[in-house]
Amino acid sequence: MSDVLVVGAGIVGAACAYYLSRAGVRVTVLDAGPIAGGTSSSGEGNLLVSDKPPGPELDLALRSARRWEEIAEDLGADPIEYERKGGLMVAGTAAEQERVAALAAGQRAVGVAVTELAGDRLADYEPRLVGGLAGGAYYPQDAQVQPMLATAHLLRGLDVRCGTRVEAIETGPGGAVIGVRAAGATRLRADAVVNATGVAGGELAATAGTRLPIAPRRGFILVTAPVAGSPIRHKVYAAGYLGGVASDDAGLQSSLVVEGTKAGTVLIGSSRERVGFDPAYPLPVLRRIAAQAVALFPFLAAVPVLRAYRGFRPYTPDHLPVIGPDPRVPGLWHACGHEGAGIGLAPATGALIADLVTGADPGFDPAPFSLARFT
Amino acid sequence: MNHDVAVVGAGPAGLATAVTAARAGCRVALLDSAPRLGGQFWRHGASESSGREHQAWSVFAALRADLLDSEVDYTAAAAVWFVESTPDGFRLQVTGHPPVRARRLVVATGAYDRALPFPGWDLPGVVTPGAAQALLKGSGVAVGARVVVAGAGPFLLPVATGLLAAGARVAGVYEAGEPLRYARRPGAIALGKLAEAARYAATLARHRVPYRTGHAVVAAHGESAVSSVEVGRLDRHGAVVSGSRRSIGCDAVTVGYGFTPQLELPLALGCGTWLDVDGSLVLEVDVAGRTTVPGVYAAGEVTGVGGADLALTEGRLVGAVVALASGRRSPYPDSVLTRMLDRRASQRRFARLMHEVHAPPAGWPSWLDDSTLVCRCEEVPLARVRAAVTDLGATDARTVRGLCRTGMGWCQGRTCGYATAALTARLGGRALTAADLVAYARRPIAQPVPLAELAGPADQSGGKRYRPA
Repeated sequence: MSDVLVVGAGIVGAACAYYLSRAGVRVTVLDAGPIAGGTSSSGEGNLLVSDKPPGPELDLALRSARRWEEIAEDLGADPIEYERKGGLMVAGTAAEQERVAALAAGQRAVGVAVTELAGDRLADYEPRLVGGLAGGAYYPQDAQVQPMLATAHLLRGLDVRCGTRVEAIETGPGGAVIGVRAAGATRLRADAVVNATGVAGGELAATAGTRLPIAPRRGFILVTAPVAGSPIRHKVYAAGYLGGVASDDAGLQSSLVVEGTKAGTVLIGSSRERVGFDPAYPLPVLRRIAAQAVALFPFLAAVPVLRAYRGFRPYTPDHLPVIGPDPRVPGLWHACGHEGAGIGLAPATGALIADLVTGADPGFDPAPFSLARFT
Repeated sequence: MNHDVAVVGAGPAGLATAVTAARAGCRVALLDSAPRLGGQFWRHGASESSGREHQAWSVFAALRADLLDSEVDYTAAAAVWFVESTPDGFRLQVTGHPPVRARRLVVATGAYDRALPFPGWDLPGVVTPGAAQALLKGSGVAVGARVVVAGAGPFLLPVATGLLAAGARVAGVYEAGEPLRYARRPGAIALGKLAEAARYAATLARHRVPYRTGHAVVAAHGESAVSSVEVGRLDRHGAVVSGSRRSIGCDAVTVGYGFTPQLELPLALGCGTWLDVDGSLVLEVDVAGRTTVPGVYAAGEVTGVGGADLALTEGRLVGAVVALASGRRSPYPDSVLTRMLDRRASQRRFARLMHEVHAPPAGWPSWLDDSTLVCRCEEVPLARVRAAVTDLGATDARTVRGLCRTGMGWCQGRTCGYATAALTARLGGRALTAADLVAYARRPIAQPVPLAELAGPADQSGGKRYRPA
């Protein structure tokens, strides 16, 4: 019998299981589908500090950045394709550049490494960028990991049961968690269950009679044919990306993230829409991402797009994840709602869950991530 | 202009659909990615004479004459890279052409060769039969001077005789299946098919070309290009019988194991699929050629690989069905439609038998070694695919793709999709499923399209503000 059941074999569930197991806890990971089958396989693998204003999420991102370095030492950087490639935020106008500078100043004060750049310096970092941009900022801490490989390697050697759909969290007479009921009327017993089911987090929580406000936000990424000569060296963001991440607007937003990969392809994202689980690939959204990319990197105009992929990011009303105990159901822990930052925030999330479950001191105040803030 | 129906693909199925629907008065758009009508089956060069050697060329000539005589709005060299549902039908984005709108859509996009990996299959000179045939039909050029023809299916025979006619030597035809099994079900084969096979056999015999069944090319060797292949006899599990391997010198080898239907557009629209008896992912259609998505029809290989005769029958039927659905009168009397339905049923029975006889040998993975590339674009060897399943916990084909990049290169899984999906299932100790194949067949962007063309007209661009002032 396990001490803890982690439901969800995505990057967050994997990180929770990894740190729980290192703390000596017997863990079993359950997932209805394959490993990293949801949001974890639908993004770029961004480990970013640049896109977060000072606050609890940036603190968590900084902690996570250090944890990713440790993981890369522990598991090896190559197997998970960890790379500190750095990020370049670019501003098209003087007004945008002012916003970039103000953000950078705030971030620097809390420990982010960032260099502001005048427009004529951008070509030193990205020679193929369009000319005439107002300026930008360089973030050497922004890094990259291959999310599916990272998930797989974090889960290696653990008890992982794919194809096991958890139908309900079960509670005892006192209201505390006693385990889960899986498809086929199988019951698994444990005193603690970690809900790491991402966009499905609210649904799973409801089976225990509690409420977790998580909804999907759709996004798309375009992948080009391989381009010779590594024409894009860093992660490159248009300053508008910040607006896209933090906004409450239900309509389409797209703020550009462009980067080259080791395979030579160029990844272009991303859009954010609150349209539920609509599976469509709407052409206007793809067009807009493509147009922005070509405007920023004119050489991309002639480069063929080979593929588009779609994902659903789990988001909460205040765009912060929920990490910690459920206030209504003893033994139920949540690690959900990381929106587009789940890969980056996963290690700090997993470590926090491990500390809280085992009663260790996490070394910082987890209150901003508590589910209690919505009740 | 808004069409009643857009037909994608101008091979036997698409041509027959377009001509039939137009005859009934439908406004038809016909789109094809090739420069000339005819599809793979009737692929021909710029000069008319290059086509005359084809099977059933007179059928093509008649269809083409009917098409050119009709009001069909035909666009050549028109690759459809995106399809959308609209409130009044469908909108197709076409490379180099304006979008096409139509109330109904007929998918007649055909199929391409199904490849199985083997050691050395990435050497220059190793090609699919379809590629060899395209070179021959398109430019009259044989793929090599001394060619080995191998794989499974009746298609090997016209490839071999075509090469002979173009002056190449054929060092042998190696059919993995056991065509003698046809004899056990004599009623299923039309006389025409038997006569056709006899003609091919006579041609091979006249040129003293060895023809072996139950044999496969299991390795290719060479320095900068293929210079020999290893041929082995297969046991009933598809593994090579020990001591049966022998080397055959050649400067080219064509290898193909049946066909893979091209399903980007219907998958993008959400059409249902199933796993056909030959292991291909095919569209779920009813007797009228309707897919599971209203307004989307399918004819030919996309509904199950079955050859040109079946594709023609299905094309005519679907042409009639969309005409009726568009409020036109049927181009055929009921008695003719009934006969066509009967003919299709018997052609489907034959196709099923063909798949049983020429199934890909189950034991093909045993021909591979750890370093054999499964995905050539991304250079992924078998060892990495195996590690993804046995070491990293992948349980399905999509996860394997994410963990080792199979199918992420230029071909987007068109070449390696079947093999990777089949290997994944086998390594996981289970049978191949439609879901495994869907993972490699779903391509919302159906054809590579330059970013500028995807971006579309400048007034739709949201990125203008990043241009220099």
